[in-house]
Amino acid sequence: MSANQDGANLLEVRGLTKTFGTLTACDHIDLNVAKGEIHALLGENGAGKSTLVKMLFGTLEPNSGEIFWNGQAVTITNPGFAKKLGIGMVFQHFSLFEALTAAENIALSLDDGSPISTIAAKARALSYSYGLPLDPQSLVGDLSVGERQRIEIIRCLLQTPQLIILDEPTSVLTPQEADKLFETLERLRSEGKSILYISHRLEEVKRICDRATVLRHGKVVGHCNPRKETASSLARMMVGNDVPTVVRAPAEGIETAQPLLEIRALSRKPATPFSIPLRNINLTVRAGEVIGIAGVAGNGQGEFFESVSGEVPQQDAASVRIRGKDAGGLSITGRRLMGAAFVPEERLGHGAAPRMKLSENLLLSRHATDGKVFVGAGGMVKSDAIYAAAQRIIKAMDVRKSAPDPEAAALSGGNLQKFIVGRELDRRPSVMVVNQPTWGVDAGAAAHIRQTLIELARCGSAVLVISQDLDELFEISDAIAVMHNGELSKPLPIAEATFEKIGLLMGGAEPGHAEHALETS
Amino acid sequence: MDITVNILLTIATAATPLLIAAIGELVVERSGVLNLGVEGMMIMGAVGGFSAGYLTGSPWIGLLAAIAMGAVFSLLFAIMTLSLATNQVATGLSLTLLGLGLSGMMGTSFVGQPGARLPNLDIPGLTAIPVIGRLLFGQDPIFYISIALTAGVMWFLFKTRTGLTLRSIGDSHTSAHALGIQVIRYRYLSVIFGGACAGLAGGHLSLVYTPQWVENMTAGRGWIALALVVFASWRPWRVLAGAYIFGAVWIGQLHAQAFGIPVPSQLLSSLPYLATIVVLVLISRNKRLTMMNTPASLGQPFVPDR
Repeated sequence: MSANQDGANLLEVRGLTKTFGTLTACDHIDLNVAKGEIHALLGENGAGKSTLVKMLFGTLEPNSGEIFWNGQAVTITNPGFAKKLGIGMVFQHFSLFEALTAAENIALSLDDGSPISTIAAKARALSYSYGLPLDPQSLVGDLSVGERQRIEIIRCLLQTPQLIILDEPTSVLTPQEADKLFETLERLRSEGKSILYISHRLEEVKRICDRATVLRHGKVVGHCNPRKETASSLARMMVGNDVPTVVRAPAEGIETAQPLLEIRALSRKPATPFSIPLRNINLTVRAGEVIGIAGVAGNGQGEFFESVSGEVPQQDAASVRIRGKDAGGLSITGRRLMGAAFVPEERLGHGAAPRMKLSENLLLSRHATDGKVFVGAGGMVKSDAIYAAAQRIIKAMDVRKSAPDPEAAALSGGNLQKFIVGRELDRRPSVMVVNQPTWGVDAGAAAHIRQTLIELARCGSAVLVISQDLDELFEISDAIAVMHNGELSKPLPIAEATFEKIGLLMGGAEPGHAEHALETS
Repeated sequence: MDITVNILLTIATAATPLLIAAIGELVVERSGVLNLGVEGMMIMGAVGGFSAGYLTGSPWIGLLAAIAMGAVFSLLFAIMTLSLATNQVATGLSLTLLGLGLSGMMGTSFVGQPGARLPNLDIPGLTAIPVIGRLLFGQDPIFYISIALTAGVMWFLFKTRTGLTLRSIGDSHTSAHALGIQVIRYRYLSVIFGGACAGLAGGHLSLVYTPQWVENMTAGRGWIALALVVFASWRPWRVLAGAYIFGAVWIGQLHAQAFGIPVPSQLLSSLPYLATIVVLVLISRNKRLTMMNTPASLGQPFVPDR
């Protein structure tokens, strides 16, 4: 196929294919990005978006297909060449160096030999002109995720690219920070730059993108003008069928229900120089309710989960109370025996042992609580009972797998998450604490997990969900609290909560919350 | 006065090989590679340096041979761990074992032979100045190299763009790769530099310290150099301090033993290790600074997906 002759297309991709072993991550992808447009690349996790842009940026080599840049066929062999062409990239998983300063990080991606101080001055000037204030001398390890993204963006802009690729840029931002980003993108578009915007968030794609290319299972399934589509028509294109809606019956009589999980003046010193301390956290979760905890990643949610689950026990036994009894000094097993269940954020390594079978993983987390069922006389493991229980969970949660009892690492992220959540739900725990319940899970499975969490609560359990996904929290929570800089706000009843209010809290705008360290524009 | 000068000179001689080997390993580890084969590369440098010096009669050729031997030997480690992505710990340990065995075999015919010694610096007028003359202008050439090397590495790592790139690779090789930095190439060069330094340190032993060949003559100095790098939290000037503290306490306890002070000799022999660890731990109290200087990707094999 010949290249576009009128020159209006900055980038053309024809039949780009990439396979990893037997998996075809990208299957004959076609894509056009015109000059001065914001082009969305839509798709679920695992649809091949990241693989595609890695090929455009030269970090992955395509198996076949062609790329045209300004009408010329090019082979992008490494990121250095991509940068020379004028392609800039803002990574999803930040490609920053924590132990270096912002200026040093920026210098590393610029190939000119100018001294760090010159680069720092340039970066500062540019960052203020775009309203993304940045202190070039600060150490990246000390910065919030939003601030780190500013460095990525400024670093990209300093290379004066023609095409800027942004990979899931808003997944780590507060709604207000996202608004600021959209302003920046619109300004860049007005300057004639093209933007390839990768996301699975439909509302923001509808809001800022001129055209969209939709990927599913590595294939292009459609091109459209997102402004003329509805969120549900876009979702259908992305997922391939209708996404079940989550139903949340209003919780009644919560105020008088029994508190099952109480957190009282929980504090914790930072474990490492770059981690967040917990500051006097108080929270009550009652029988029958779902409480959501929102917050930008890295504000202490991980530390909070560790303290509540018992991965790190507390000095003060009364700081965590489960079903009215002190549990602060107990380990995870001790807390499980009191009726609590936990689903950590990392599936492989925390939620499941990667190289062990699903049935073995089931035994690992429930050998104490279900000792009578799973362990027989003399400590012998009852393999049949465990296998049967594992199959029951697999069936209940619709876990898709290739073997009857595969290793945990052999499952896709979404399916493993369904198994881990199902493993805990199967016990009918009276307290359930989940960190990022649907991260990286496809839309259908995510809806299923959310629905089961609501149902568990309505059956009389206390459910606490920590999530970065605000849509999710609004869908399932009866009240939302916000974690910022190691402090937790008061839970806001869902009827009073709005994106704006929660977003302000996420940015730290509440009396008693520490002011943001960085100067604002 | 003369005794003091002599003691100071022996301290410098004892510290020099540790300093050189440790500075080389520091660069290697800053790039994110853990090479436990320092002892092996050092002994290969020692046998290479001695044999070349003995056969040609020129200690200078011996010096070059020691450096080349260490570099070539480290290339073996680089190919294994960087191109073939083998486990760095296991490969480093085998490198040490291989070096000790191979050097013993190569050196059989040199045992008991008198070797060539590198002459000390002698600048007319300057070396003759009392006290400082011999300390500043009368030492062996490798001493001056070791000081220049430390200053050079400090300048390179913290003042040059290439040094910044090297540190960034040690912090996160995946991020560096994403930026288009040639991770493997940098690591190859670092490992070879580390090998050359270890070889030079070995050459110091067989061409200056005791100009003869004795099997296992490195006597664990490679391991001490490795420990110095970690306890110095990957900072060059601390490596220098550590090497000299070790050297000073080492020489001090030897004199103490010679005077026959009533302390068990085993305790005295362990003093250099204790003193070095205590001092370096004390100066690395600042957890934050230590964290910043620790190469986060140390020891992890890097295999880019293609």
